[in-house]
Amino acid sequence: MSNFSIRCEGLSKQYRIGATQEKYTSLRDVISDAAAAPFRRLSSITRNGHGKANGNHNGYIWALDDVSFEIAPGEVVGIIGRNGAGKSTLLKILSRITKPTCGRAEVRGRVGSLLEVGTGFHPELTGRENIFLNGAILGMRKSEIERKFDEIVSFAEVEKFLDTPVKHYSSGMYMRLAFGVAAHMETEVLLVDEVLAVGDAQFQKKCFARMSEIGRHGRTILFVSHNMSAVRSICKHALIIDKGRVVAQGDIDDTVDQYLSQLNSSLAAGEAIETKTFSVTGVQVTSSAGPVIKTFDRVEMKVRFIPKTDILDPGVYMSILTMDSRRLTGLDFKDFITAAPLRAGEPAELGFVIESLPLLAGTYQVEVHLKDMSRHLIEFVPQTYEFEVAETDVYGGRKLDRWFGYIGLRAGGFEKSCKS
Amino acid sequence: MSADPSSSSVLSVARIEPASSWPALGLRELWEYRELLYFLTWRDIKVRYKQTALGAAWAVIQPFFLMVVFSLFFGRLAGVPSDGVPYPIFSFCGLLPWQLFANSLTQSSNSLVGSQNLITKVYFPRLVVPISAVLGGLVDFAISFVILLGMLFYYGIVPGWQIVALPGLMILAVLTALAVGLWLSALNVQYRDVRYTINFLVQFWLFATPVAYPSSIVPEKWRAVYGLNPMVGVVDGFRWALLGRPQSPGVLLLVSTVVVLLLLAGGLYYFRRMEQQFADIV
Repeated sequence: MSNFSIRCEGLSKQYRIGATQEKYTSLRDVISDAAAAPFRRLSSITRNGHGKANGNHNGYIWALDDVSFEIAPGEVVGIIGRNGAGKSTLLKILSRITKPTCGRAEVRGRVGSLLEVGTGFHPELTGRENIFLNGAILGMRKSEIERKFDEIVSFAEVEKFLDTPVKHYSSGMYMRLAFGVAAHMETEVLLVDEVLAVGDAQFQKKCFARMSEIGRHGRTILFVSHNMSAVRSICKHALIIDKGRVVAQGDIDDTVDQYLSQLNSSLAAGEAIETKTFSVTGVQVTSSAGPVIKTFDRVEMKVRFIPKTDILDPGVYMSILTMDSRRLTGLDFKDFITAAPLRAGEPAELGFVIESLPLLAGTYQVEVHLKDMSRHLIEFVPQTYEFEVAETDVYGGRKLDRWFGYIGLRAGGFEKSCKS
Repeated sequence: MSADPSSSSVLSVARIEPASSWPALGLRELWEYRELLYFLTWRDIKVRYKQTALGAAWAVIQPFFLMVVFSLFFGRLAGVPSDGVPYPIFSFCGLLPWQLFANSLTQSSNSLVGSQNLITKVYFPRLVVPISAVLGGLVDFAISFVILLGMLFYYGIVPGWQIVALPGLMILAVLTALAVGLWLSALNVQYRDVRYTINFLVQFWLFATPVAYPSSIVPEKWRAVYGLNPMVGVVDGFRWALLGRPQSPGVLLLVSTVVVLLLLAGGLYYFRRMEQQFADIV
């Protein structure tokens, strides 16, 4: 198939772990680095012979590992995967912000990328000025921006404030304007990262509507999102990325279902996370009703770990967060029962039964604190675990989306005659 | 669902490949992004004096007061010679291109680090960033040039035909700033030490340039070495073009131009090479 829009062959990207801390390299490091450089090159040659080890290798990590796929023109493809799976890295490489470490990719036509809403907006400039500035930054020509100007303004609903500096805008207006500019780019390929997680429900609805509209016009879109119902409604195909590799590709419903069940079961099988006193081997959220979690299911939420010392009075605090890290609720073990002491090195499991999970469809995170009450010890597990609640007809009628918020209620309607 | 195949077959294909050690200069792509260059320069100029009480007057205040201080200490007290021209206009003629150079250099050296949010989120030729920073300095230059015209009028000096060389000299000053700015901005991404070095460098450079004194006090045998500093040719050229000093700085200028072009070519390559990892390390 030569008629492709995006084609990747063995695309890989290596990052240095903790590179952000090493921003301010000192001259001493450079000198020692330069001395070590020939050896590094040598080891990278031998390394290719051995194939790439996944994950941590001498302080380096493969954020993308041998990714190959091909996307036909006009396809709207969702990219799904857990936090840190490599989705954003893929978009950054395809939009040429960063270079791959090895492998290659080809993209046909102009590429527009929307990795963040409002990149390059200047607070001191007016709405009108920012439309032109932001458009130019995103790669639009001045004539193109002029042609689209009215459309952008009416999309953003900022007609009256066009000549006001955007620092005086409400956050809603700001977001609408920023998305509006990006959403009116006329590129053949559009790369969209999880930018729509911000903003209120109405804003999201508007953006999704615009995205589907763009998709219908025969343009190729890669769309990264944690919002499975959005992915389902916009995309026809999807790629699942896990630990830098493409693990599945295909029809949207099949891939999303596969991802959801895999997500829920793989929570248990992840690598151990070390804290000072505990080695956490898994966190799991499971439904008694089947492989997929649905609203109002009876759910078990548990953590498995190995204590490194004897724990006299074990406890756990688990909270459920939205993907933008807002805490929805939390459960503390000591409010329910007192657990027996744990011996160092012996696997243990603590958890909760939730009789009826009141969460609507979407992805959530579980945050865990492990405790030893006898020593007033509380340790935060430095990684959250994600789980997904599938979309269902909560109240028996239609399927509910994020428009209804996060919480499902056991509710019913009633009417009363008020005739006097 | 799929786009018109006839239209997609004529589209250009962008190849994405690992970083190469000898990347192309990509000047054609830079030209395609000229509108972005314009908008970024325009933004810098537009917001530069926002929320300042004196506004664009700052562009004049700095060189003007430096001129006053120089005239007082070097001209009056230390009795530094000024080639027969009144010292104030002599030093202002030097300060004008000097400020253009110094401001452009400082702005462009800090430009990449100052636009990290752009660099990590959008693709465009990164050269646009330091170039627009340099171009922004021209507006301040134009404003203080008006002051210079006023001073020429006050001292009754009428520039001769040599004034036609002025735009060329201005370009040379800007190119010098850009050449050094390319090196420093790229270095700054990786080593933030650069940020602290720039002020020091600019001060040092000021004394190595005939701004407060005439280049004629430099001994003849050191002239060739002295001329390796491109700003020597620029500042001398400015005085020659505006004050009609008898001897033309021809040889000095030639040396300066060659040095600048070499620096610029090296800076471009170094920048293009480092550019490939800016987004990862900034």
